[in-house]
Amino acid sequence: MQSKYNYLITVGLVMVLVAAVFIGCPRDAEVTHEAADRVYIAPGDLDEFYAFMSGGFSGQVSVYGLPSGRLFKEIPVFSVKPEEGYGYELETKDLLMTSFGHIPWDDTHHPSLSLTDGIPDGRWLFINSNNTPRIARICLETFKTMEILEIPHSAGGHASPYATMNTEYLVSATRFSVPVPQADVPISTYKENFAGTLSFISVDDNGTMDLDFQLIVPGFNYDLASSGNGPSHGWMFFTSYNVEEAHTLLEVKASQFDKDFIAAVNWQRAQECIGDGQGRTKEAEYYHNVRNPDTFMSESTRKTSTTVLEPDNCPGVMYFLPTPKSPHGVDVDPSGEYIAAGGKLASVIPVHSFSRMLEAIENEAFEDHVNGIPVLDYEATIAGEVQDPGLGPLHTEFDNRGYGYTSAYISSEVVKWEIGTWEVVDRIPTYYSLGHIMVPGGNTMEPYGQYLVAMNKSSKDRYLPVGPKLPQGGQLIDISGDRMRMLLDFPLIGEPHYAQAIPAEKIQPNVKRLYDLHQNQHPNAVRDVTEARVVRDGNTVHVYMAAVRSHFAPDNIEGIHVGDEVYFHVTNIEEEWDIGHGFAILGDKNPNILLMPGETKSIVWKPDRPGIFPFYCTDFCSALHQEMQGYIRVSPEGAGTPLMYGTGDEMVTR
Amino acid sequence: MKLEKESRTLFAVAVVILILLYFLPIWRIDLKAPQYPEGIGLYILIDDIRGQERNNLLSVNRLNKYIGMQAIVPEEIPELQIMPFILGGVIVIGAVCWFTGRRKYLTGWIILLVIVGIAGLVDFYIWAYDYGTNLDPQAPIKVPGMTYIPPLIGTKQLLNITASSYPASGGVIAGLSGLLAISALYFDKRLKKKRAQ
Ligand SMILES: [Cu+2]
Repeated sequence: MQSKYNYLITVGLVMVLVAAVFIGCPRDAEVTHEAADRVYIAPGDLDEFYAFMSGGFSGQVSVYGLPSGRLFKEIPVFSVKPEEGYGYELETKDLLMTSFGHIPWDDTHHPSLSLTDGIPDGRWLFINSNNTPRIARICLETFKTMEILEIPHSAGGHASPYATMNTEYLVSATRFSVPVPQADVPISTYKENFAGTLSFISVDDNGTMDLDFQLIVPGFNYDLASSGNGPSHGWMFFTSYNVEEAHTLLEVKASQFDKDFIAAVNWQRAQECIGDGQGRTKEAEYYHNVRNPDTFMSESTRKTSTTVLEPDNCPGVMYFLPTPKSPHGVDVDPSGEYIAAGGKLASVIPVHSFSRMLEAIENEAFEDHVNGIPVLDYEATIAGEVQDPGLGPLHTEFDNRGYGYTSAYISSEVVKWEIGTWEVVDRIPTYYSLGHIMVPGGNTMEPYGQYLVAMNKSSKDRYLPVGPKLPQGGQLIDISGDRMRMLLDFPLIGEPHYAQAIPAEKIQPNVKRLYDLHQNQHPNAVRDVTEARVVRDGNTVHVYMAAVRSHFAPDNIEGIHVGDEVYFHVTNIEEEWDIGHGFAILGDKNPNILLMPGETKSIVWKPDRPGIFPFYCTDFCSALHQEMQGYIRVSPEGAGTPLMYGTGDEMVTR
Repeated sequence: MKLEKESRTLFAVAVVILILLYFLPIWRIDLKAPQYPEGIGLYILIDDIRGQERNNLLSVNRLNKYIGMQAIVPEEIPELQIMPFILGGVIVIGAVCWFTGRRKYLTGWIILLVIVGIAGLVDFYIWAYDYGTNLDPQAPIKVPGMTYIPPLIGTKQLLNITASSYPASGGVIAGLSGLLAISALYFDKRLKKKRAQ
C-alpha cells in the first residue's frame, strides 16, 4: 500500500514537471550566442575530444567529436553492417559466432576505454552486449572490432565491461539470473534453481581477453558496475536489484524492499582463493573470436569450461552494502574513496565510503548474511546522502574539482553536488528523460571537467520530426563554471547507454591511414595485378582479384556455371591514403564489401541462373570510378564453357 | 702559382662537402592538389628517384597514368646508374687538384664542376620534356595541345596540380661547393696582392 502511495506521488510530480517544461518560460532562455562559440569548430579545424557512444539496440559504437557533436563513424561491433560487408565477408563473419550460432545483432551498452594507472591510454575500447552476453574489443588504431568473447552462465550481460585501473580485468554480471548450468526447470523454482554470475575477464598486453573466473552469486539482477581506483584498486562494485528474487512482474515485485545491495568484490582475494585451489572447473560452452590484424581473418574457438568460485569457499571475497531502492548506477569518484549509487526509486543519493567499508569489515559490522555473504550495516559504510537529488537518480560522473553530477531520469535533469558536503549546488534540465551522462574521463582518476554529455531517451520536439521513432537526444553541457550551461543538441544513433571520451591527441597520432600491402598476410591476397587469377576446384571457383584505380583485374570472367560456389578474394592494392574500393555483383545476396588500401576481403557468390552479371566498384575512388566495372558470364549447369579471364584484350584460358 | 693557405682550405671544403651528395636529395618536386592536403612529391637523388613520403612515387605514377605519362621507374633511368661515378670522378679530380696546390688546377676544377652541373640540368630537362610530351595516345584524359613538362626550377600549373621544382639540400650543397671554389680563387688573388705589398 505504502509503495502504491509513493507511486501516485511520483506520477503527480512528473505531471507537474512535464507541465512546467511545456508551459514555463521560453525554452532554453539561458542559451546565448556565446554557446555557439564554445561548440563551433571552424571548417577544417578539429575537435578536442573523441567521444565513443554505445549504439544500444543498433549493436554498434558511434564516434563523435566534442565539442562539435559531429558524427564521424559508426563502428560495427555486434551487428552486421552491409555498408562495409561486416559480418557477411569471410574475414569478419566468425567474429559474430556464439554458442547459439552466428548472431547478426545485439544490444551494446557500456563502452570502456583501456586504462593505465586509472587514465585512458587510447589503446582499445571495450563494449558489452546485453542480450547474448559478450564483450568486444575495438582497436583504436583502425577503429575495427578485433575480438569478441562470449560470457557463459549468464543472461543480460549488463554490468560490463568497466575496466579496472590497469585493465587487469573487465567484468560481466548477469542482469537476468538463470539456472547455472542452464536447465529445463519451472520458472517458479527461481529461488532454488536460479543464480547470478560475476565474471572477471583478464586482458593481456595485446588486448586479448580470457575468462579468468566466475563468482557464483545469489540470483539477483546485477545491474551496473564500477571499478575501484587508487586506494580501492582491487575491488569491483556491482549494483543489484530484485533481491526479492521475483521472476514475474518485476516492476512491482522487485520494488518491495527498502534496500537492495551493492556487491563489493575483492578480486585480488578471489585470485588468492583460486590460487589456493578453491575454484572449480565447470562445464560451459562459449566462443572466443579473435581477428588477426595481419591476415585480416578471424578465428573462432569453442571453449568448454570455466573456473568458478563460490563466495562460501572464499571468505572476504564479497560483501553486500545495503543501498536504497533498486540502485542502478554505481560510480567510484576519482579519489577512489567514494562510491555513489543511483537508487532509481530513492529520494537520496547514498554515497558509501571505501575506508569506512574496510573498517566495517574489520569490525564485522554485519547486519545480516545472504547465502553466507555478509551484509554490512548501512550506517557503518555510508559517508553521506545527497538530499533532493531529483527524481529517479541513475548515474553519476565526476569532474576534477570535487563535484559529482547525477542524471535524474524522471525529473529529466542533471544535478550537481559537492563531495563532502553532499549538497546540491546546481541543476539543469535536459530534454527529455535523461539516462546516462558522460564527462570526458569522468569515471577515471583524472576527469577533464569541461563538458558533460547528456544522453536523453527522448528528443520529442527538439528536431524536425521524422516519423514516430525519434532520434535520441545528445546534449552538450558546459560544466567548467559554477553554473552548468546548455551548449548544444545533437542527435544520436540507437540508444546510447553510456559513452567514453578521450582527448584527441591520445588517439589521433596512432590512427592508421592504410594497411601496408607488403605486410598483408591474408592467405588469398594478391599484391599486384600480375598475381590476379581464377582457379577452379570442382564446383568451387576462387577469383583472386586486384582492385586499383580504376579497374579490377580480372574484369572479364567466363566459364562460371550455375551451381558453382564462387569465392571472390578482392585485394585493394592501392598504397595511398583514403583510396577505397568497393565490390558488388548483380543479384548477389551478400552486401557489397568495402576495401581500404592494402586490405583483402572475401565473399562467396552462388549464381543461380545463367546470364551476364556485371560487377562494379561501389566507392567513388577516382575520376574514372564509373569505369571501374566488369562482367561475369554464367552458363547453365554442365554447359562446359571453358574458364577464361582477363583484363584488357588478352584473356587467359584455364 | 701555388695557392695561399687560406684559399687552399676553402678549396678543400668545396671538394669534401660534395660527398654529402651521396646521401642528400639534389632536387625536389612538390605537387599540390586539392585532394592532397598532406602533400605529395618526389626527391631526385644522385642514384634514385624517391617519394618524399612512403608510396609517393607510386601515387605519382598512378596519377600520371590518367594523362598517359610514362611511369617513372628509377631502375630504368641509366643516368641514375652513371651519376654516382661522375660525382666520384669530380671529387677525386678535385682531391688531386687540391693536392697539387696549384691555382690553375683549381680554375680547371671549377670549369669541370660548372660543365657537370649544366649537363645535369640539361639532362633533367630532356627527361622532363620526354615525360611531359611523349604521352600515351590511349590516355583516359586528353586535353588537346596540353603538355605536362614539369618546371626545371619554379612553379607551374599542370591541370589540377601545382608543380614546384627546386634544388633540395644536395643541390644547395653542390651550388655552395661551386661558390666556395670560386671564392677560393677570388680570395687567393686578393691575398696574393695584399701579401706582395
Ligand atoms: Cu574503385
